[in-house]
Amino acid sequence: MSAIQIVPIEWYLFLSIVLFTIGVAGVLLRRNAIIIFMSIELMLNAVNLLLVAFSSYLSDSKGQVFVFFIMAVAAAEVAVGLAILMMVYRNTKSSDINILNKLKW
Amino acid sequence: MITKALFIFLTFLAIFFALRVVSTKNPIHSVLYLVLTFFAIAGHYILLNAQFLAVVHIIVYAGAIMVLFLFVIMLLNLNKETEPHKSVWLKSSAVVASGLLLVVLVGALRGAEAIQTTNTFNSNIGLIENLGMTLFNEFLLPFELASILLLAAMVGAVMLGKKSIK
Amino acid sequence: MIKLVWLVPLLPLMGFIIIGLFGKKLSKGLVGTIGSGVIFGALAIAVGIFFELKNGVQKEYTIELFNWISAGKLSIPFSFLIDPLSSLFLLIITGVGFLIHVYSVGYMSHDEGFSRFFAYLNLFIFFMLLLVMGSNYLIMFVGWEGVGLCSYLLIGFWFKNTAYNNAAKKAFIMNRVGDLGFLLGIILIFVTFGSIGYHDVFEQAKNMGSGNTTITIIALLLFVGAMGKSAQLPLYTWLPDAMAGPTPVSALIHAATMVTAGIYMIARSNILYTLSPEAMNVVAIIGICTALFAATIGLAQNDIKKVLAYSTVSQLGYMFLALGVGAYTGAVFHVMTHAFFKALLFLGAGSVIHAMGGEQDIRKMGGLKKYISKTHITFLIGTLAIAGCFPFSGFFSKDEILANVFAHNKLLWFFGILGAAMTTFYMFRLYFLTFHGKFRGTHEQEHHLHESPPSMTIPLIVLAVLSIVGGLVGIPAVLHGTHYLEEFLSPVFEASSFRLVHHLSHQTEYILMGVATVVMIAAIYYAYTIYSKKNTIPVDEDEELKPLHKLVYNKYWVDEIYETLITKPLNLLSEAFHKVIDNQLVDGIVNGVGSAVSWMSGTIRLAQTGNIGFYIFVMVISIVLILFTQLF
Repeated sequence: MSAIQIVPIEWYLFLSIVLFTIGVAGVLLRRNAIIIFMSIELMLNAVNLLLVAFSSYLSDSKGQVFVFFIMAVAAAEVAVGLAILMMVYRNTKSSDINILNKLKW
Repeated sequence: MITKALFIFLTFLAIFFALRVVSTKNPIHSVLYLVLTFFAIAGHYILLNAQFLAVVHIIVYAGAIMVLFLFVIMLLNLNKETEPHKSVWLKSSAVVASGLLLVVLVGALRGAEAIQTTNTFNSNIGLIENLGMTLFNEFLLPFELASILLLAAMVGAVMLGKKSIK
Repeated sequence: MIKLVWLVPLLPLMGFIIIGLFGKKLSKGLVGTIGSGVIFGALAIAVGIFFELKNGVQKEYTIELFNWISAGKLSIPFSFLIDPLSSLFLLIITGVGFLIHVYSVGYMSHDEGFSRFFAYLNLFIFFMLLLVMGSNYLIMFVGWEGVGLCSYLLIGFWFKNTAYNNAAKKAFIMNRVGDLGFLLGIILIFVTFGSIGYHDVFEQAKNMGSGNTTITIIALLLFVGAMGKSAQLPLYTWLPDAMAGPTPVSALIHAATMVTAGIYMIARSNILYTLSPEAMNVVAIIGICTALFAATIGLAQNDIKKVLAYSTVSQLGYMFLALGVGAYTGAVFHVMTHAFFKALLFLGAGSVIHAMGGEQDIRKMGGLKKYISKTHITFLIGTLAIAGCFPFSGFFSKDEILANVFAHNKLLWFFGILGAAMTTFYMFRLYFLTFHGKFRGTHEQEHHLHESPPSMTIPLIVLAVLSIVGGLVGIPAVLHGTHYLEEFLSPVFEASSFRLVHHLSHQTEYILMGVATVVMIAAIYYAYTIYSKKNTIPVDEDEELKPLHKLVYNKYWVDEIYETLITKPLNLLSEAFHKVIDNQLVDGIVNGVGSAVSWMSGTIRLAQTGNIGFYIFVMVISIVLILFTQLF
């Protein structure tokens, strides 16, 4: 028995909302750039989960293909983002995003 | 019933580990909790008949991306609880803001009409055969572009990671 | 020839464009050739048109070039009207203009602005031709403003001199006052008649009958324009100052052509004036007042060009007097003869100034006749012509005016004769002081004295011949001649003819001529005794003058009165506006808006903390708000 027949789709909706909100909370709460990065990954995964759920419930494989692309983009994003973080750390000796406050006035 | 129990169990795990990702002080622990969260989500994928995606998810996220995170933390030597504390006011406002977001999203979806799902489910769409057909027929161009994106990201990461860029 | 009429203004315009654009690259000789050549071309066509009109049956051609303005009920074609009046003016403008262009080649040969001068001069001719050829008031107005502009440019030609620039500005502003009247007149014509084409306006005006108030107002407004352009009281003060320009300019613009634009305009609108006796009286009174006023000032001036300038103002007064008594032909006749002899006098004066090395004060001249004999003889001819000596041209035109004035009003005639006597006196005073007696300049100047080059003397001789024979086209019937000019112009003034016939017996006319001649001879003799026999030289400025003399010498202090009554209050007012309205109000608003924006942005930019966490926080709150407002 797959979950499709038993579990209503709303449950998956609420699950991904909660996961997404936890990601947002992480971004807001933490100051460590790496953890913020991970929170973003969490948000991406929440969306992925929702896509897969809809894909299955509607019997449409396009949603899963989309998830596939999101993974590719996430991998690229992580590679570049972490490289940038390395550079920042090398220059500032810190991974605190509050140091990066030159973007003003 | 087992399916339902499995769903509730995996949901509980995913939310719990996600919260731990956000709340632990040590970045290493955060990464490990995130890996666990991804495993929980992979379980959900299997429940949703998306077996191939579940495997890819574990390979890409847990296997590649999170290892990258671990490497970076190791290189930056961040395994101590170095993060300075935010003020209580800032923390509470962050929690309130995210809570508000949750409430608004939930409220929005509760008000929405239920989607019409067909009763005849095709349980084979998550198989690699079906996905491959879609991917290489309908999404051939985006697929090739994604390879270029990955190449560009690789070059960019290498460029940025070099000791000195002038 | 009539078909080529569009070439007449186009040639000078092309000259202007060529010289204006490429003048610096061309040699002086080429510039002079182009500048004079285009005017000669225009003159040749004008002569052709003149004879075609004179011999042909049709006396009026309207040549429509293109539709210029078309908006609602207003439709103004760009068209030319060729009739005897405009063809006569075409001849005067291109003929005298051509001679003065030739003269300028010699006179300006050492000037660095040579090509600029010819460009302006060609542009002036273009606008002047437009003024007289236009078939409606708007084209006339365009030409009218254009000649004003050229006058401004040429008075201030030596723009490095501040006084000259001020003179140019004065001329321009004074003309604006008149132009306002002219413009209002045109607008009123359009409102009243629904058209500004000459033909439509005059046809309708004929049916409106005499003594119509609207027509009187139109006539007076147009006359205000004429007052400004033709230097009549009280707007005359710019003309004497306009002598700051190069002498050929004074001759062409401020004696022969532009200042007669007012006469042309009134002669063109003669029907409107004939229908309004009040306006005509105003014209006549202003005319005679100006004639006398300027003549008295001319009596005491010591600058050779200033004397001629006041004489021009005075002669223009005569022309308006003639217009005012309905002697339109007489006025146009005098315009023609005046163009000849006044251009001659100015060019002669230019030749004198050239010989004297730039000196214009007649007290420093004297005895020039043995050095520059050609100039001397031609100048004497001009002087006799302006004095109205038989058989020079001035005699006929002045006699015609005075006879008409006598038939109209005896008092005006008396003043006219008085003015003529004064004119004769100061012209001969000028002549004797300049050419007779001993040389009073410096030794260096005496050494420098020389006759002008042929390019200057030939125009002088041609103009002298014209000054002698020019009057023969209008020999009055009483002298058993034929008034060709009256015959030629009769189609234009036909509609006004019911009012302007004068009934003088031949005997009276003989007496009038006799009186004029006697007065003239007396004035010459008086001037001769004072300035040639006794060798009196006008006193220097710093010496004490008799009150009356002082009054006249200082030109009745009109400039000073204008300065005190108009210029200074205006300056004070603008100063006040500058300080209060501009500095406080306008600048306050402008600066206030600026500083308000800058203060606000200074405050708002504090929100840009640079703290990424804060940005994300704001973003989340905003998403919440957007979803909230969109979904609930």
